[in-house]
Amino acid sequence: MHPAYAYLDDLHSTSVDKHSMGRPNDLVQGTLGLLILKTLSLEPKHGWAIAKRIQQISNDVLQVQQGSLYPALQRLEQQGWIRSKWAETETGRQARFYSLTPAGQAQLEKEREMWSRLSAAIDLVVES
Amino acid sequence: MRWFDRARRTLATLFRRERETARLDEEMRFHLEQEIAERVGRGASPEEARRGALRGFGNPALLRDEARRGWSWGWVETLARDVKYAARGLRRSPGFSITAIAVMALCIGSTTALFTVVRAVLLDPLPFRDPNHLVMVYEHWRGNLGGGNPYNPVAPGDFLEWRKSTHGFEDMASYHSTNFNVSGDHGELPEVVKAQQGTWNFFSLLGVEPVLGRTFREEEDRVGGDHVAMLTWSFFQRRFGGDPSIVGRTVQLDLKAYTIVGVLPKWFVYPDARSQLWVPYADGKTAEKLGEHDNHYPLVVARMKPGVSLKTATKEVSALQYRMHMEYVGRPVAEDAMSRPMIDDLVEDVKTPLLMMMAAVACMLLIGCLNVSNLLVARGAARQKEMAIRGALGAGRIALLREQMTETMLLCVTSGGLGLLLALAGTAWLRVHWHGLPRAESVHVDGAIVLFTFGVICVAAVLAGLLPALSSTQKGILGALKDSSRSAGGSVSRARLRKVLLSVEIALTVVLLIAAGLLLKSFVQLRTTDLGIPGDHVLTVAYSLPKDQYSKPEQNITFSESLLERVRRIPGVESAGMGSTVPGAGWDGDQVFIIPERPNYESNKQPDAMTRYADPAYFKTLGIPLIAGRVFTEHDRLDQSNKVIVTEELVKRYYPNESVIGRTIVMGTEITNKKRTYEIVGVVGNTLWRVGEQTKATTYFPVLSGDNTYRRTLVVHTSGDPLSYAIPIQKEIAALDPRLPVVDVLTIPQIVGESTVNQSLTTSLVLAFAALSLILAGVGLYGVLSYVVTQRVTEIGIRMALGAQRGQVLGMVLRDGMGPVVAGLAVGVAGGVAVGYVIRSLLYGTKPMDPMVFVVMVATLLLVAAMASAAPAWRASSVNPIEALRTE
Repeated sequence: MHPAYAYLDDLHSTSVDKHSMGRPNDLVQGTLGLLILKTLSLEPKHGWAIAKRIQQISNDVLQVQQGSLYPALQRLEQQGWIRSKWAETETGRQARFYSLTPAGQAQLEKEREMWSRLSAAIDLVVES
Repeated sequence: MRWFDRARRTLATLFRRERETARLDEEMRFHLEQEIAERVGRGASPEEARRGALRGFGNPALLRDEARRGWSWGWVETLARDVKYAARGLRRSPGFSITAIAVMALCIGSTTALFTVVRAVLLDPLPFRDPNHLVMVYEHWRGNLGGGNPYNPVAPGDFLEWRKSTHGFEDMASYHSTNFNVSGDHGELPEVVKAQQGTWNFFSLLGVEPVLGRTFREEEDRVGGDHVAMLTWSFFQRRFGGDPSIVGRTVQLDLKAYTIVGVLPKWFVYPDARSQLWVPYADGKTAEKLGEHDNHYPLVVARMKPGVSLKTATKEVSALQYRMHMEYVGRPVAEDAMSRPMIDDLVEDVKTPLLMMMAAVACMLLIGCLNVSNLLVARGAARQKEMAIRGALGAGRIALLREQMTETMLLCVTSGGLGLLLALAGTAWLRVHWHGLPRAESVHVDGAIVLFTFGVICVAAVLAGLLPALSSTQKGILGALKDSSRSAGGSVSRARLRKVLLSVEIALTVVLLIAAGLLLKSFVQLRTTDLGIPGDHVLTVAYSLPKDQYSKPEQNITFSESLLERVRRIPGVESAGMGSTVPGAGWDGDQVFIIPERPNYESNKQPDAMTRYADPAYFKTLGIPLIAGRVFTEHDRLDQSNKVIVTEELVKRYYPNESVIGRTIVMGTEITNKKRTYEIVGVVGNTLWRVGEQTKATTYFPVLSGDNTYRRTLVVHTSGDPLSYAIPIQKEIAALDPRLPVVDVLTIPQIVGESTVNQSLTTSLVLAFAALSLILAGVGLYGVLSYVVTQRVTEIGIRMALGAQRGQVLGMVLRDGMGPVVAGLAVGVAGGVAVGYVIRSLLYGTKPMDPMVFVVMVATLLLVAAMASAAPAWRASSVNPIEALRTE
């Protein structure tokens, strides 16, 4: 399948299911992966902060469920795009901080470009 | 480095799952805490915040599984789970599991053992340099193409001429076997060893480097050359304790000092393991003997020249041989040369039996698989409901199939492991008990064999498991659930599948039974062949006199006579005689002769007879009947010894309807040779030179001629067990000459046994395989019928309630069982005929379509089938209709 169609599928499932509870496959990795990589491109964060950040930036439209977040993080780490390390939070508790690897940086660029092509195309169709 | 990081992480998630899982849990707990903290921050009570966060979080166990799926080791967990289920399933029915594992272990074990032997003997290349270019070249008589062996040994004169005058081969070497009395300088035990005489280039032609010292030099391989010897590794270790300083020292062979020039490597076991040392080809030969064209005993090995085909090279030799044939017309010099690859030459005798046994175990393996398959189909039927329910709960067909195959695989792997151990034992046993198996020393189990076993396991698992697994999962959920509530006619197709499997099983069994029956009959015929002598109460003791010490005829006559005198004095000895090779003990040479009344022969039509020696008491002691004339007397000695006794066969062949007593024959090819002119004084009965071979015209010469060129055999007729005289007789020999070793001490039945030991091995193994298959087929039949009866209990109940008699029910079930048996029998008998023709060369005294064998084997199978059907049929006929109808 062409990657662009894969995004279409992801988008579909995200928007329909975003308010439902705990269905782990809601945010399929493709789109969620892009969001996570983008969020981590500024600074290392732990899982909860990633979810919060995405929620804030999207004005509460995109709510990332834990059921999608952690498998996605595991997968990205498996791919070698992010790496994790245990560190103290500002409250002094141990948490796992994720950061972008150089490979992840490259992947982010690739996915961002793909995304803008896709959204522009959708705009063209929807707004015409 | 990215792949490295990834690999590290992947491995971490496999081998440190505990820690990784704990980390994941910790991470999620942190997430939850943050969520609660945020909700509290927004003004919720801690209790409310906690509940809300948990609700938002979802099922933690599921989440964890989801996250772990990202670790890409899902299949390992699935596999582990499947194996666990399978093991649990097998443990639940231990009877089935143990039976199936035992059957498969036996089948896989014997297949592996046989394959190990086949690989080492037939498939592996010879251990020499560039072995594909090594061939054996033989003389060939044109009359010998149809029957008989077309490959004839090469006379020394022919070989030397070939090597000198043809250029189609890179090189040619020759060798032949001989015997030596080995004795030490310091009174070590004397022994007779088998040795080989090889040309100086023999080892370099094969590409064999000695581990110590050197090989023979060209000048040592000449008439009158130095006495030198090379030791094989085993002789070097056994007799000289592996002492490397032995090179350059001497060893006494036939009381002559031989300088040891080299030691051969351990792997060099050629032409057989019994050959202990090598001396040059020309050693002990006169120039005359080296030039002989009509004395055929050495073998010739040649290395092909690159770019010259075997056909071209052989043709050149053949042309030369034909010129020599014309030159020595009237003498036994062959017309042609023939060649074949060395490996084919070496394994010639064992190829058919080996392949036949391999086929037999393959059949048994197949039968074993089919049997396990049958058992699994039955189990599948019992678990039909379970499968249906699991299917209804959402298990995919692939998942169910996978689970069932895992079970079969587990079964087969366990059996395979056991089988491999069995194969280790079996291979070792075969190596020891297969008499004269070529290349036996290279038979061993290694990685490739383990791999082979694994392959067999996989094939067996697919054969045994796939069909039942497919059939038990194929039915729609609904159908299966409906079926199991009313089992009267629902499983017809499954029963049919089982019957087809059973027919195949029975057909294979019949084929094996017939092959085994034919071999058994051949073997019995072979063992009961009449050698021409009674054979009981006779002990034979072979020894050879060192040529130098007993070189004068008087000396060796004195030795023979004093030995006989001493032996005859032993209490219980009824008579004692002396001869060369006794009946049944082998060929031991033949000679052509001339009948002076008809001196002209076409080439190769000259009369020919085996050469034997006898003293006056020989025929009486062995019980060979005198037909006409007389046996030798005390007076037929030395210069009075030009007398010969011939056999009935010789008379029948060369003097049909004539009286031969008093006539003369001339041995060899010169009619004027007075020294070799003999008077025929008697005719004796025929004997066989080996069981299973045709009788052959034979000439007996007097022992008292003093000729010392042959190995002696003392024959002793005793009262009571002949073997109990072995020690007293050997003591008498030692009393006469303590340095004289005794070669073989055997009774006539032992001699016959020795020459049939391999037939005995092949026959008993194939018989064992066939018997096992028969048992398996019986068990299979019993299983199928029991299953069918269980399935049809309700039907039988209804029939009986409606008035069917017990006898009718009995007949119905028996007919049901005998259907596949009869179908299998028909196919099997046809297969048996085909197999009979394939193993024709192994048969003796029987033919491929021996009616007795067929009748007996078919009857045996029917008997077993009837026995296997009886119990289920009886159970069916004793069904209580009321109970049967109530069960549903």
